[in-house]
Amino acid sequence: MSERASKPDEERNADPGSGSASTAGDDGERPGTYGEYGGQYVPEALMPAIEELDDVYERYVLENDEGFMDDFEARIRDFGGRPTPLQHAEQLSERYDFEVYLKREDLLHGGAHKLNNALGQCLLAKYMDKERIVAETGAGQHGTATAMAAAHLGLDCEIYMGERDIRRQRPNVFRMRLNGAQVNPVEAGRGTLKEAISETMRDWATTVEDTHYVIGSVVGPHPFPAMVRDFHRVIAEEIREQSIEKFDALPTSVVACAGGGSNTMGAFAAFTDSEDSAVGLVAVEAGGSSLSVDEDRGVAPNSASLSTGSEGVLHGARTKLLQDGYGQIMESHSISSGLDYAGVGPELANLVDTGRVRAVAVDDDRALEGFHRLSQEEGIIPALETAHAIAWLDEADSAEVGERVVLNVSGRGDKDLESALEETAKRDLDIAPDMHVFDAQAMTDSDEVAETNGQDVNEGAQ
Amino acid sequence: MSTIREAFADEPAFLPYLAVGDPDAEASVEYIEALERGGADVIELGLPFSEPIAEGPTIQSAVVRSLEGGMTPTKFFETVSRLTVDVPLVCMTYYNLIYRFGEEGGPKPFVERAAAVGIEGLVVPDLPAEEADPLREACDTYGLDLVFIVAPTTRGERLERIMDRVSGYVYVQARLGVTGARADVSTRTTESLDRLAEWDVPKAVGFGIKTGEHAREVIAAGADGVIVGSALVDLIAEGHNDGDSTAEVADRLEAKARELKGGALEGAGIEAEVEAENGGEPGARPERK
Ligand SMILES: Cc1ncc(COP(=O)(O)O)c(C=O)c1O
Repeated sequence: MSERASKPDEERNADPGSGSASTAGDDGERPGTYGEYGGQYVPEALMPAIEELDDVYERYVLENDEGFMDDFEARIRDFGGRPTPLQHAEQLSERYDFEVYLKREDLLHGGAHKLNNALGQCLLAKYMDKERIVAETGAGQHGTATAMAAAHLGLDCEIYMGERDIRRQRPNVFRMRLNGAQVNPVEAGRGTLKEAISETMRDWATTVEDTHYVIGSVVGPHPFPAMVRDFHRVIAEEIREQSIEKFDALPTSVVACAGGGSNTMGAFAAFTDSEDSAVGLVAVEAGGSSLSVDEDRGVAPNSASLSTGSEGVLHGARTKLLQDGYGQIMESHSISSGLDYAGVGPELANLVDTGRVRAVAVDDDRALEGFHRLSQEEGIIPALETAHAIAWLDEADSAEVGERVVLNVSGRGDKDLESALEETAKRDLDIAPDMHVFDAQAMTDSDEVAETNGQDVNEGAQ
Repeated sequence: MSTIREAFADEPAFLPYLAVGDPDAEASVEYIEALERGGADVIELGLPFSEPIAEGPTIQSAVVRSLEGGMTPTKFFETVSRLTVDVPLVCMTYYNLIYRFGEEGGPKPFVERAAAVGIEGLVVPDLPAEEADPLREACDTYGLDLVFIVAPTTRGERLERIMDRVSGYVYVQARLGVTGARADVSTRTTESLDRLAEWDVPKAVGFGIKTGEHAREVIAAGADGVIVGSALVDLIAEGHNDGDSTAEVADRLEAKARELKGGALEGAGIEAEVEAENGGEPGARPERK
């Protein structure tokens, strides 16, 4: 039988429930849990830092101690460019039998919603007297936003990024370097977001005393999911205000893409109360190439953890995951690096379970169509992540989404141009521009090679 | 007293770790037997998880080798049930594998199966005291010890919370960071041991111990045991890369185990027994004063 540790001179209370009282909430539930989900599943070495973070989150973010939130709001306005517009999308509104409004987070400094959180957390690190920032990145957008915020606040910054994503998102890697951040390639696994998060946690476990981990989405142990949501809440608050200004009512639906779910939770945060239940909330996940899974190979060719995942524990939280029958985490897939993740934020997972948020999936092909549609019809080249949400409009039923749909344009597509070129060339899409000019370029290049080699490229083919 | 606690009763304990299935289950069985021959008092058996966030590069690679070789929780339990070693076995794994095992959900089925194959304790590096009560309960039901890690940053109330739940031994993390063999022993080990001194529970120090000399220092600083993973896993990896036979690698593990156990004994002022069959192996004997 097991007996517990005891101090020889003092009778210890062996009741396993007694020690956790100090962290229990009023209702007896631990803070940072959302239904079945959430929690703090991290190595003990990180727990003291997480407790400290929980404490400063409450003081600075929730209670505006030392005017922290005023400082944040001033900076996200002057440095970030908030508020971002809510724009009526005229062509899309004509195309569908509902009005489409675009929340233009792509116009935030850095080109994505990510700066809200990155600036908020970097500022918090500053208030906590931490000198160094580490962060993971998938699409490079969070890494870019963190590098910018760290430079703005004079903090040292190191970014972990999967080597595959480094190849997929080269312009962002250069942007991070330009802002003075160090970019550390992660070679484990498939070299995407999951591995980058694991590696950043390892760094943090070593450097926790002078370093803050700026996690990039509403994932990880409490207080991260709540804190990241709160820094992005401004998106939903602006949507609320701007909707009333523009059409004197709340939107009938808000639609956002979901990887970890930070732009999603940010766009939904001011609508989740019961009095707003008339506002439909739709989270669009990456369906990848297929919603099926290959258990033997441990691969899910999608990132649709809300639609197809099961409950488990990953990266500090209990949430919905892509995992095999034993609980080994699967390698996910998406055309967009930023959605390519096997988990999802615990609060979003719970909102889907309770039916408040509807989860849908859009596959790679249709996402690429969405990318081209917004580019052509509205003159906005979206991030491939956002493109999933745009593509979903094509199958939205106006009886369900109502007449005024707000779509969160989480980011712009500049970072994706190389991928989009490559992926478009692979497919036969009606909506895509004529790619012939690129083929011609490729042919000229190979002709030149053939000429310099002094032989015909076809010669050896007999 | 649990057999795990007993392992610390008379002399400093040596607790080797390896990832089961690295590079395959058959080899692991031989390696575990070799570690017992080399003087292991408790053996920590790693059940590989796809996201080992507390692990440095050495053990991460071992986990990859094991998973690529097809290791699963079911095969892990099969392998453990075949072991004939006479030292207590502790399973080290991540919470999701415990939580997801079996149909009903929650940690019970895993703990039940672990107990059935002869495992006597669990270490779960991503499960802090705050989240541990369901597992603690299951361990109580099936008579398993639940070992917790105490980090250099663990103090005050957090320490109390852990001590309310720990049994078997406390895993004293010698330094911040992830697992991996290091060139020296951290001074933070001594500080941690001082903080734990008043608690009546065996203290086993791990994270970075590589040589008999490290083991000696740690025990001399007041630890009751030494946990060594990466330095042993390195030997397995090297053997695997060089195409050496399992028997050759097992011999090296046994010799390394002797060195480490010998160092631990020396740290407590006990002379290591002279083992005749191991004469002449370089690095096999602890250094004598
Ligand atoms: C433009 C853009 N949108 C969406 C995402 C997905 O993240 P989240 O689900 O946290 O909003 C990313 C992530 O990199 C992104 O860059």
